[in-house]
Amino acid sequence: MLAHRIIPCLDIDRGRVVKGVSFVNLRDAGDPAEMARFYNEAGADELVFLDITASSDDRDTMVEVVRRVSSEVFIPLTVGGGIRSVEDVRRMLEAGADKVSMNTAAINRPELIREASAEFGAQCIVLAIDAKRVDTPGDVTPENRPDLVAESPWLVFTHGGRNPTAQDAVKWAQHGAELGAGEILITSMDTDGQKGGYDLELLRAISDTVSIPVIASGGAGNLDHMYDALYEGHSDAVLAASIFHFGEYSVAEAKQYLSDRGLPMRLPTTSE
Amino acid sequence: MSQQQSKPRIVVINHRAANIHSVSKALELCGADVEVTGSAEALLNADGALLPGVGAADAAMRALGELNLIEPIREFALSGRPLMSVCLGMQLLFPDSDEGKLPGLGLIDGRVTRFDVDQSVGDGRILKVPHMGWNSVNFTAEDEDRHPVFRGIPDGSYFYFVHSFHCLPSNPADNAATTEYGGPVCAAVVKGELIATQFHPEKSADRGLQIYTNFVRHVADTAASRVV
Repeated sequence: MLAHRIIPCLDIDRGRVVKGVSFVNLRDAGDPAEMARFYNEAGADELVFLDITASSDDRDTMVEVVRRVSSEVFIPLTVGGGIRSVEDVRRMLEAGADKVSMNTAAINRPELIREASAEFGAQCIVLAIDAKRVDTPGDVTPENRPDLVAESPWLVFTHGGRNPTAQDAVKWAQHGAELGAGEILITSMDTDGQKGGYDLELLRAISDTVSIPVIASGGAGNLDHMYDALYEGHSDAVLAASIFHFGEYSVAEAKQYLSDRGLPMRLPTTSE
Repeated sequence: MSQQQSKPRIVVINHRAANIHSVSKALELCGADVEVTGSAEALLNADGALLPGVGAADAAMRALGELNLIEPIREFALSGRPLMSVCLGMQLLFPDSDEGKLPGLGLIDGRVTRFDVDQSVGDGRILKVPHMGWNSVNFTAEDEDRHPVFRGIPDGSYFYFVHSFHCLPSNPADNAATTEYGGPVCAAVVKGELIATQFHPEKSADRGLQIYTNFVRHVADTAASRVV
């Protein structure tokens, strides 16, 4: 039976892991390869590297990071951040990434999804969506922005939830799948960083609409939240950062807990 | 140096598939002398070969055609030397695929067909395509009766899959392993020294590396027995 996936997300700035694991004795917790090994040994099912490097001059550094990590760690690796063209996708895949995620670039030019998918296959194109409820006071409403009204309660935002787009989040996910995305990474800007749980309604609305796998992101504060995202939210995978990086829970603990609650998980293999 | 002591020479067939980097690094780690090449001559001089692949079937067959590799791959397979094929590489072994128009290599009888989309799996959920993630694999034979590449792998082990099309071998004996996804799905085929996995050993952590280690050792053993 297909297992649910637990995916730690690492922020990479100029080739170094920032906000990385701070609680275990690693020689160099800023080294992406060392962090990738650590999470592989802990049982992570995939890894996401998010390139938060501000300057495009430093983008080549990320290609080197991907090449090194994929030479040493043999689990799937997704790279996001700064992917703006088919050429960017090619560089990352040739360096050893298995998937790339695109967010703002796909909103600006949805055809990028179709072009990259036709060139490399849908399986390596992840559409990352930042969504926010727009029915809360002070937000985008039919009254203050009649041009930006979602059909679902969620609109797509960019720039960390500051800028609304004209896209309904559920429709955009559907459209992205039609254009050739192979997976949706959905982050709720309402719950992200709050540690109060994922936006389950949002997850379910998207998971039950699109026919491609959905990764839930934003809001994990404990393991029950992950269970809810997978079971109630119908997500295929959960992405989490701080809950793992600061040692509140290990990936192995999370998987054992979710397995004990009856979800299919890949547990660590017994020693040979 | 005897054959047993030197590393077996394994060619990773380079048709510009995206997973070539990981495949070749994994095989090196597992003890192979790896050459990534689109050269038919190098292929025909290798002890073993690996046909990788992700993406679209037609694009891969077109690339193999442009590199004049289709006949050399068939010749290599007929020579009895181990040829391992991964993911799309496994699908290319069949005569054709519902995914594309170009004929495949035709080394294994059967069909390649798409997963049913919009198939309900209960509780409002639908079967997601691609089949993506770690799924448990059961082998069709007991350990001692398996091809050496799959020996020692416990039934129920998890491997990483990502595919929208799946293989239906005509001869049940060619189906070496299955997984479950909206029904039984062929996870591996074996026919003589054609060994293929629908999953990605190079993305399946320790279990995947165990398969590549078995493959490298098997290539070394068959190379040594040819010399004798």
